[in-house]
Amino acid sequence: MTDPTPDSAEPSSGFDPSMFQTMMSSHGHSGHLGIHYHAHGDNWVELALPYSDALIGDVDSGVIASGPIISLMDNATSVSVWTAIGKFRPQVTLDLRVDYMRPATPGKTVFGRGECYKTTRSMAFVRGVAHDGDPDDPVAHVAGTFIRVENFLG
Amino acid sequence: MSDTDTIQSVLGFMPPFATTMGMTVDHMHGGLPVIAYDYGPQVMGRPGFLHGGALSGLLEISAIAALRVTLGQDESNLKIKPVNITINFMRGGRELRTYALGEVTRIGRRVANVEAKAWQDDPAKPIATVFMNFLLSAPRPA
Repeated sequence: MTDPTPDSAEPSSGFDPSMFQTMMSSHGHSGHLGIHYHAHGDNWVELALPYSDALIGDVDSGVIASGPIISLMDNATSVSVWTAIGKFRPQVTLDLRVDYMRPATPGKTVFGRGECYKTTRSMAFVRGVAHDGDPDDPVAHVAGTFIRVENFLG
Repeated sequence: MSDTDTIQSVLGFMPPFATTMGMTVDHMHGGLPVIAYDYGPQVMGRPGFLHGGALSGLLEISAIAALRVTLGQDESNLKIKPVNITINFMRGGRELRTYALGEVTRIGRRVANVEAKAWQDDPAKPIATVFMNFLLSAPRPA
């Protein structure tokens, strides 16, 4: 299956979400799930989660578990913050809410679009949508907050 | 059902996503399963820490397991559909085994409210908690 053509803006700043996500996707949990960069704009990033048997949550239907969708949206909203402010700033997820509209269609890639709509000195406020091809027919909506930290790797 | 039987039944309905993440039933606590996985590349976020999504996935499975076990054998045909989840992160998860235990707050006719918490070395120091709402529905007649 081919992904729809990305509708990307040129990086507006010193932070390149495509490079960052490519680095993140080569290892760790994101790599395990196969999450990769798809597109971005000034304050949003879209990542892709390809369908895989290892992600199945319901064996009878072949629908993927919701856990990987949380991971996809955590990543997409997180990277959207740095895209919005134009630089990397150490942060951690404070909270995340996910509303599941419908199951993702078995076999289809799920796209997660995260948007950072407000940042303050300490906080970043994000929202996002997961869909499997048609953003107007979403799989999930999310809202969350990130908090800036001094010591990211401490 | 004995604890041993419950563990077997929980392991039996763990989906491929849970098993490929290394999730297992660590032990039973008050009749409910404690789900756990070891630290490894499949759950790593920033270097040295658990990924928030991987942690959410563990909590979600523990919430579903708690609900399934609480519903029991009588209602094992009932379909449970997650409607939403709210995750609060309290502490960064380190390179340790992580445990999660769900607890059903209420089972109504159509909705179940479930909470779960995750911890590493000390259950009194949760690293994350979740609230989940599930829609309950009888299976469609064949």
